[in-house]
Amino acid sequence: MSAADGLWLHALMRDPDPALLSGLTGVGGREVRAIPVAGLTAIVCPVDLGEFGEEPLRGNLENIGWVEAVARTHHQVAVELSRFGPVIPARLATIYLSDQSVVGLLTRCRTDLAAALERIGGRIEWGVKAYTASAPRQPRPAPAPGGNGAGTGTGADYLRRKRAALSARSDAAVAAADCAEKLHTKLAAVAQDARRHPPQSRRLNPRAASMVLNGSYLVDRGQGDRFAETVAELADGYGALDVELTGPWLPYSFATVPLPETLPETADG
Amino acid sequence: MADSLAAAPVALVDLLDRVLATGVVISGEVVLSIADVDLVYLSLRALLSSVSSVRAVAPPPPQQGRPA
Repeated sequence: MSAADGLWLHALMRDPDPALLSGLTGVGGREVRAIPVAGLTAIVCPVDLGEFGEEPLRGNLENIGWVEAVARTHHQVAVELSRFGPVIPARLATIYLSDQSVVGLLTRCRTDLAAALERIGGRIEWGVKAYTASAPRQPRPAPAPGGNGAGTGTGADYLRRKRAALSARSDAAVAAADCAEKLHTKLAAVAQDARRHPPQSRRLNPRAASMVLNGSYLVDRGQGDRFAETVAELADGYGALDVELTGPWLPYSFATVPLPETLPETADG
Repeated sequence: MADSLAAAPVALVDLLDRVLATGVVISGEVVLSIADVDLVYLSLRALLSSVSSVRAVAPPPPQQGRPA
């Protein structure tokens, strides 16, 4: 590791056999390595600060191609690591300057990290997204009595139809939001833990505007099929919703630990 | 079968929900200011606003509220 290198934090786990990490390439394009401290291990990859330092990173985070490549590698490494035990994936772009800093992190957050590993061990995450159901085509309103029957109507008729269409759309959105609450509650009841993410970006998901649920559910490994069946059964019961299942995921949404109030500093005694 | 992580195809938008908004461990030191959540979102907003040009070949999303 040269002075121009940083350490990209991939994940935290209990002590994996170092031999298992051999050949696993991280975000920096180099082999990952383990930094063990008292029963926990940080998996890091050296990265060039010319690409991953603060200024270049700021620019790179605005490049969707770069972000996608990095995010997919980050994810893939965590998935590989999960074959060897429970994994806490780091948030994207968590970078340190030295082994010593990583050791400081592990030491300081050891208790919370161990608790998080305990919580997610043997479990996986499923995503459930729900949208206001694509409205079935509205029937044409009957021509006004005394009209010419051609369906064009007057300006007042047009406005009335317009108002009715808007009102129907708004009713559908309210009904969908209500169903989404119920769906989330029922799924949370069969999951070990549950969390709702904010609705997704319209730029990345064209249906985001009608998104009423972006949920994550922590489920025991081996119960995935049953959870998927539950989702399908519940979805059938909510005609107001289009429901989509994603996963299985590493338990990203449940592997969080509280942020320390201050960062470990090199001068920190 | 359903629990196989490796086999699961992953949409970028769903992945970003997790690797940026959650999966949070702790801020790194080098990029403390940018790894700070707000700043990551700030950069991400800029990023997302550039996606439309990157994906210009994709059909545009349906227009909402256009008079019939």
